Amino acid sequence: MINIWEVKETNNMVEQENLDVRTITIGISLLDCIDSDLQKLNENIYNKITTVAKDLAATGEKIEKEFGIPIVNKRISVTPIALVGGAACKKPEDFATIADTMDRAAKAVGVNLIGGYSALVSKGMTKADEMLIRSIPMALCRTERVCSSVNLASTKTGINMDAVKLMGEILLEVAEQSKDRDSVDCMKLVVFCNAPDDNPFMAGAFHGVTEADAVINVGVSGPGVVKTALEKVRGENFEVLCETIKKTAFKVTRVGQAVAQEASKLLNIPFGIVDLSLAPTPAVGDSVADILCEIGLEYAGAPGTTAALALLNDQVKKGGVMASSYVGGLSGAFIPVSEDQGMIDAVQANAITLEKLEAMTCVCSVGLDMIAIPGNTKATTISGIIADEMALGMVNQKTTAARLIPVIGKDVGDTVEFGGLFGYAPIMPVNKYSCDDFINRGGRIPAPIHSFKN
Amino acid sequence: MENTVDKTIITVVGKDTVGIIAKVCTYLADSHINVLDISQTIVQDFFNMMMIVDMNKADKSFGECATDLEKLGEEIGVSIKCQKEEIFEQMHRI
Repeated sequence: MINIWEVKETNNMVEQENLDVRTITIGISLLDCIDSDLQKLNENIYNKITTVAKDLAATGEKIEKEFGIPIVNKRISVTPIALVGGAACKKPEDFATIADTMDRAAKAVGVNLIGGYSALVSKGMTKADEMLIRSIPMALCRTERVCSSVNLASTKTGINMDAVKLMGEILLEVAEQSKDRDSVDCMKLVVFCNAPDDNPFMAGAFHGVTEADAVINVGVSGPGVVKTALEKVRGENFEVLCETIKKTAFKVTRVGQAVAQEASKLLNIPFGIVDLSLAPTPAVGDSVADILCEIGLEYAGAPGTTAALALLNDQVKKGGVMASSYVGGLSGAFIPVSEDQGMIDAVQANAITLEKLEAMTCVCSVGLDMIAIPGNTKATTISGIIADEMALGMVNQKTTAARLIPVIGKDVGDTVEFGGLFGYAPIMPVNKYSCDDFINRGGRIPAPIHSFKN
Repeated sequence: MENTVDKTIITVVGKDTVGIIAKVCTYLADSHINVLDISQTIVQDFFNMMMIVDMNKADKSFGECATDLEKLGEEIGVSIKCQKEEIFEQMHRI
């Protein structure tokens, strides 16, 4: 039987170490909503989302109460809209009406974000894909809760450099449109290499076409729990360090597994995956950078950071895989700048640069995340940063992403406030040398040799 | 086999005072909730108690009991939490 110390340990994790379930995300297929009439399509989408997810918010609260574990977000991801809207949308404005519908549906069921305003263009763009991409600034500007993502590359297909170039321009357009609010709409847009079909985390969540009609994916979080556990093994060798991370990751993931199963039962929707990511928030003690410091670095970004992060990420996976019957999504440590107080401190101390962050993304999940850059950065330079990140993912056969925020009117030395869970970020310097001729070549970068495994 | 579905863990944490266990147990008895196990310690002058109870025959829902106990805790000046046992089993047992 459970003893008092075990109960105390669990409750301390929640009360003092910020253990929570970061998100329950319902993935909903919209393939059966497709219609060539735009109005009918919008109606179908609204009805499907509000029917499947109608009990999501209430169920989340019920589980929260039963288990005593906070569930921070309830969210929805849908089939990439470029696929759903292709038959009905004749111009970018038509696509934006679907974003309006998603926003309305999200508000109706009480979820704070809805993902899937997406296109998968890793090899080429259809007319619909391109129209959707061109409609992104419009869609993000007039909606509140819609998140957008574009998959630009994969290990199997290489990098679609035309799309990379286009996304540099689109990102600046999004920044320009929300410049009176520090270009915050850029937070809702992310580009991927090897995007997973079952990611529960925003802004990159979409419901892949390989998925069932509806599915429950859960993202857990527990940087504070790992940090506290590591405080007890200061000065011990790597074996002890790794064991401690692994055991802690196991416990954290089990919470996600329990919540996912309960949600699946109550909502009568199959359980998909638990995403093992360590997702930080700006709250004190909820930082991945602080774990790196606890491992032995003065600041995140110091020499040794990449090795420490590689170790952390691997142990989180090893512990987590054992704890859940199905893991998926992004699964690893997130290293966003603005959402992590330790990372913000590192930027302010000049301990970490964009290039070091890029190196770190080789060994952890996701990529360059929530990084504010000067608003006068050229579109081609942004495309260059994106291309580098895509190449890392392509060659290393892993998911990488870029969520950059060019803040119009601000430069290195300034700070931007995103508010709430998104935190704040000092603007980071970008290499000022040009890559214009590289980006303007056009076409695509072929898939790497080790993708030919057949 | 025992029915594990309705097992609930009640934790009481706070400053030690007379009658905490009595008040909690009175509430449980009145609500037809059976106590299966109690353990209690004092850590750094703080009263820590954990009870494993069976809510199978309870005349109230889990939600109501949790809210009532929370209120009772406020009256006594301690914090009382109700959680399904499953979450602890998941975390601490393979």
